[in-house]
Amino acid sequence: MTREYLFAGFGGQGLLFSGKVLAYKGLIEDKNVSWLPSYGPEMRGGTANCSVIISDEPVGAPIISYPDVLVAMNLPSLDKFEAQVKPGGTILVDSSLIERKVARDDVKVYYVPATKLAGENGFPTLANMILMGKLLDVFSEYDMEAVRAALGKCVSARHADLLELNFKAMEIGKEYQD
Amino acid sequence: MADKVLMKGNEAIAEAAILAGCRHYFGYPITPQTEIAAYMAKRMPKIGGTFLQAESEIAAINMVYGVSSAGKRVMTSSSSPGISLKSEGISYLAGADLPALVVNCQRGGPGLGGIQPSQSDYFQATRGGGHGDYHMIVLAPASVQEMAQLTIRGFELADEYRMTTMILADGTIGQMMEPVSFDFEIKEEPEKPWATTGTGMKRAHNVVNSLYLSPEVLEIKNIERFEKYDLIAEKEALAEEYLTEDAEIVIAAFGIAARVAKNAVNAARAEGIKAGLIRPITLWPFPVRTFKKCLGTAKEIISVELSMGQMIEDVRLATECKVPVSLCKRVGGMIPSPEEVYAAIKAAAERTGE
Repeated sequence: MTREYLFAGFGGQGLLFSGKVLAYKGLIEDKNVSWLPSYGPEMRGGTANCSVIISDEPVGAPIISYPDVLVAMNLPSLDKFEAQVKPGGTILVDSSLIERKVARDDVKVYYVPATKLAGENGFPTLANMILMGKLLDVFSEYDMEAVRAALGKCVSARHADLLELNFKAMEIGKEYQD
Repeated sequence: MADKVLMKGNEAIAEAAILAGCRHYFGYPITPQTEIAAYMAKRMPKIGGTFLQAESEIAAINMVYGVSSAGKRVMTSSSSPGISLKSEGISYLAGADLPALVVNCQRGGPGLGGIQPSQSDYFQATRGGGHGDYHMIVLAPASVQEMAQLTIRGFELADEYRMTTMILADGTIGQMMEPVSFDFEIKEEPEKPWATTGTGMKRAHNVVNSLYLSPEVLEIKNIERFEKYDLIAEKEALAEEYLTEDAEIVIAAFGIAARVAKNAVNAARAEGIKAGLIRPITLWPFPVRTFKKCLGTAKEIISVELSMGQMIEDVRLATECKVPVSLCKRVGGMIPSPEEVYAAIKAAAERTGE
């Protein structure tokens, strides 16, 4: 099985980071993975996205034309990529930043007020990880051990406290029901 | 998979170079290869190596010349416009028969162009780039694992043949992360009796130079160098073949284009089209034999490139124009989608169908 994920939003929201956590989780679970960032003049406040492919087969092109999953963290990203999601695919929306609903009726949509939840819990920069927790839960792939191991690969040992916060954020996302 | 780590292609090059014994890196920042310099800046001081951000690309390549003359493994890296600047120095390296590793993580051109991936430096890389009669060995990785593997191989080839090896990558392979294993067998570095390491009052001076004012001598130097190139062409050409055995439509593609093309070949096979892929791993020497071999079944070859059509000339030369060779391309930093390549395969199949 192959699943293609597109994380899209503003630079600074941690989309590349959450993509990396997902890719590492795939690697830990013995899958083939690729992670490709948009790169260039993007910076905090600009648009950024990253493509992650997790597959049982060797990954061909790391570039995704039609994602199975879109995680949208701002309106321009939803506007740009909504139509490209495969029929039957999944869209996760940060509903505290995107007011409109997804127009398509052939995809599964989850609305999570991730940025609001992150602020309420005292870690306003971890909305990305709240969405990641939800994402893994949606696919019944929230394996706590693998999640922790993947986080451990992405957060340096010097910042163990951040690791715990990231984990807590993911737990909140996992538990959230809309 | 415990021994695998996720790494960007650029970082994998840097780590592999260190493994290969390279302790001298000279560079100048440019997107999309800056991670190589950043990695070296972090690692080299910790392992007794030298990282130096030169004042320019030209300075950096001449520092490479200096270290190489002293017999040590050395590298520099840049992206397209920076490689143009380095080309003078690369020509000098060729003229002095010095080994070096140069990485070109290509971006769109000409001029300053853009910063998105491209393969439009193919001519520059495979024809030498600078002035004079010379070649570089040009290796074209298509994965992060190959970025590492071909870097190590690149140093070996450079030392063996006393010439520059270029890793011709692109922004995508440089920026993407994939699992990579560094479980390589590292061969011992060969002796370099020609290096200018001091005579110890025991031997004649070694001279490293590219200036030969006597045309008689310079002619011999050039002819000898090309005898070496013939040997390399005979021994070192390398390509991956994918489903080519019975392929009627053969894709020629390297690097990131080959990754896209492989998806398209699979899609075509699923539709009953006999498609296959030849992925040159060495661009110079070009894998001529592999292309000749596919002529048994091939009805058309499609060169898939991130350029206006550069490798296509080598494909035509290798196959002596015995079958039509068409081009499927995106340029300026754009990458063809698997769907676009599939459409090209389908069109070729219709053209060539009985």
